[in-house]
Amino acid sequence: MEGLPMLIEARGISKQFGGVDVLSDVDLDLHAGEIHALLGENGAGKSTFAKILAGIHRPTRGKLRLNGQPVDVSSPIAAQKLGIALIHQEPISFPDLSVAENIVMGRQAGGLLSRVPWAKIIADARRYLDMLGVSLDVTRPMRGLSIANQQMVEIARSLASDSKLIIMDEPTAPLTPREVDTLFNIARRLREEGRTIIFISHRLEEVRMLCDRVTIFRDGAHIATQTIDSISDDEIIKLMIGRTLKKYMRKHMAAIGETALEVSNLSLPGAFEDVSFTLRRGEIIGLGGLVGAGRTDVARALFGVAPAASGQISIGGVGATINKPSEAIELGLSFVPEDRAGHGIFSTLSVEHNLTAAIPNLIAPSGFISRKREHGISSQAVDDLSIRLASLRQPIVELSGGNQQKAILARWLLTEPKILILDEPTRGIDIGVKAEFYDMIGDLAEAGRAILLISSELPELLSLCDRILVMSEGRITAEFPRETATQESIMQAAVPRTGMAA
Amino acid sequence: MTDASTTQTRKLAPARPTWHVVLVRPETMTFFLLIFGLVGASYLSPFFLDMNYILRSFTLTAEMSIVALVLTMVVISGEIDLSPAANMALSACIFAWVQDAGVPMPLSVIVGLLAGLAMGALNAFMSIRMQLPSIIVTIGTLIFFRGLAQVLAGDRSIRVPDSFIGINTVMVVGIPLPVVIFFIVAIILGLVLGATVIGRQIYQIGTNQEAALHAGINAKRIKVGLFLVLGLVSAAAGMMAASRLGSVRYDLVLGGELQMVLMAMLGGTYIFGGRGTILGTFLAAWLLVIASTGMTVANLLPAIQLTVLGILLIVAIIATNFIYARTQR
Repeated sequence: MEGLPMLIEARGISKQFGGVDVLSDVDLDLHAGEIHALLGENGAGKSTFAKILAGIHRPTRGKLRLNGQPVDVSSPIAAQKLGIALIHQEPISFPDLSVAENIVMGRQAGGLLSRVPWAKIIADARRYLDMLGVSLDVTRPMRGLSIANQQMVEIARSLASDSKLIIMDEPTAPLTPREVDTLFNIARRLREEGRTIIFISHRLEEVRMLCDRVTIFRDGAHIATQTIDSISDDEIIKLMIGRTLKKYMRKHMAAIGETALEVSNLSLPGAFEDVSFTLRRGEIIGLGGLVGAGRTDVARALFGVAPAASGQISIGGVGATINKPSEAIELGLSFVPEDRAGHGIFSTLSVEHNLTAAIPNLIAPSGFISRKREHGISSQAVDDLSIRLASLRQPIVELSGGNQQKAILARWLLTEPKILILDEPTRGIDIGVKAEFYDMIGDLAEAGRAILLISSELPELLSLCDRILVMSEGRITAEFPRETATQESIMQAAVPRTGMAA
Repeated sequence: MTDASTTQTRKLAPARPTWHVVLVRPETMTFFLLIFGLVGASYLSPFFLDMNYILRSFTLTAEMSIVALVLTMVVISGEIDLSPAANMALSACIFAWVQDAGVPMPLSVIVGLLAGLAMGALNAFMSIRMQLPSIIVTIGTLIFFRGLAQVLAGDRSIRVPDSFIGINTVMVVGIPLPVVIFFIVAIILGLVLGATVIGRQIYQIGTNQEAALHAGINAKRIKVGLFLVLGLVSAAAGMMAASRLGSVRYDLVLGGELQMVLMAMLGGTYIFGGRGTILGTFLAAWLLVIASTGMTVANLLPAIQLTVLGILLIVAIIATNFIYARTQR
């Protein structure tokens, strides 16, 4: 391995988004002709690093060398010229153009008005697909190709631009085991040709099967690079999660009461399968797992946004069918969604109108909205959650992210919910406000509400929850009581190891 | 992702001064243009400030203005309907044809209204149930309704009985009945949009339909309701036009959809939904009448009048958006 020439040397690569460090001072060397795994938790900076190499993002600081020469990857076109290609998980293509056009896209010689050399395009496309050992009709349109075949077309496209570095960002997630085998064989063949592959995946099994070396990222920093044979799965997981954040402790544990929500065998094909759990009053259940494990889908099903296909939900011991959010609210459910801007706030409307959106009957007992009532209710809510604002009339989008999130939580508390589902409630929120949120969540449990907390932050789950369920690839793979849960055990259950996606 | 650099005590945005809040209201620009139009027109011709003349002029577009009020609500909810003018023509033709065939007058009116309701239902079905873009759907139904009206009426005018003619000559305390109806509809819809939960939810749906859904708001039902009301009101407006004109042709208010959209836009309604008021459209309807009658009394050529109306719309939209963008950070 050490004898191989160096292809890429990254030094001090840093990236900030809106004042937040996403990557800090990453150094990484990539040899020619190796398959190199990038591992890390959600938000560790793997994809950002890949996008910097592919010219999609520009680093805030840092230098890149390619074959010993300093390079500036200023755009995807520059990356293509330098021989760097990024294969997306869900391939981006031109669905109405032919496979051949998608493969040679952006490389046709000649002026804008010169004749299109169809025969050459088709012959070239066939040649690149043959190199991959893939047989596809190159004249058919992209639309309707399987995701696996679309990935092949993307890889063929990277060959067409003679890429020396091919970055695959979680390529196996949407593939069947057989398609994964084919992809791996192709990856190995590309390695033999002296090309370098960066392989981003959550599946340790696959990394072990395919890769020569692994690099672990955590919180935007490069933690370790090792040959795959010299590091165990447990060590990798430990390196992925080892945190320096100080632990938050819940002040009191709430008394756990009778069953509030019982879910049995809930399934939605393609999203989650056979999900069962019981949530009691005063209890906080954490739902851990990686992004895409189906946690949000379960929450959306419970709240009626995208109902489950089969299974039973019972609330307070009574069977319930929830087909839309209004029915869920009627039954005492509340849902603070993960995507605050898309599913939570009415950005240009006032804070007041945002706060009272879910309680029409309270602000308009007579059918007409009582301004006085509405104002009273919303000022009370603002005080209770100490939402910082200049005026109730100001558009909610002017508030900071944390205060917007408090306003959404306040909207739901006004409905007096029995069951609260919180999906990544502290994402993108300042540390100070985070602690406030933790206190609030603890208080809500003490007040007898049942809480389902979805979070990707392990310390958050460990410090707040009475029990932690872990989901992986649509199924609940583990359940830990508060006392025995550790970051390692949660991560072990969250990382799909078999590589056998359904 | 730790974020230690951001301090807890982030500076709060100061509350906006009142004049600021008023200036960004959607109908403010319309109001200023209206004042400007009144002053300008009375300067051009001393005969202009004759109230009766203005009111009589307004009756010519009162039907469309009434429909524009409902259309405003549809646009705020994030949809659009370009078929109401064609709906007016087809409903009026069906009404006139049915009563010409001997059906008693009250029943004919009901048939006309039901026809309008059915047209609204067709738009709602395709735009909301089948989730097709309403702008395409209603361009289709605009042509379809107009075509049906032509099939039904051919090239002839269908007379309506004398007893039905002359809604514009009926005076209520000195104001023509169509104008009175416009006032009443404006007050009712203004209350619905400004002071009821349904009105509030129309804004919320238009601002962010997904968030509305997550807040338990039944966006589809409200939108379907709006399309139905728009269909019904269009039919009523079509029959009002029949009464004013004395006969019905397939080309009744041909091209009227543009004028209705013009009223809503000129009143500050945001074409992508979420912003707008009934007051704005109300003022815009008057602004259009005053601008065109002002230009007529000033003996401006019709071609120039059209140009001026176009410029008016562009100026209003640029000004509103400019002020709005400036005040959003």
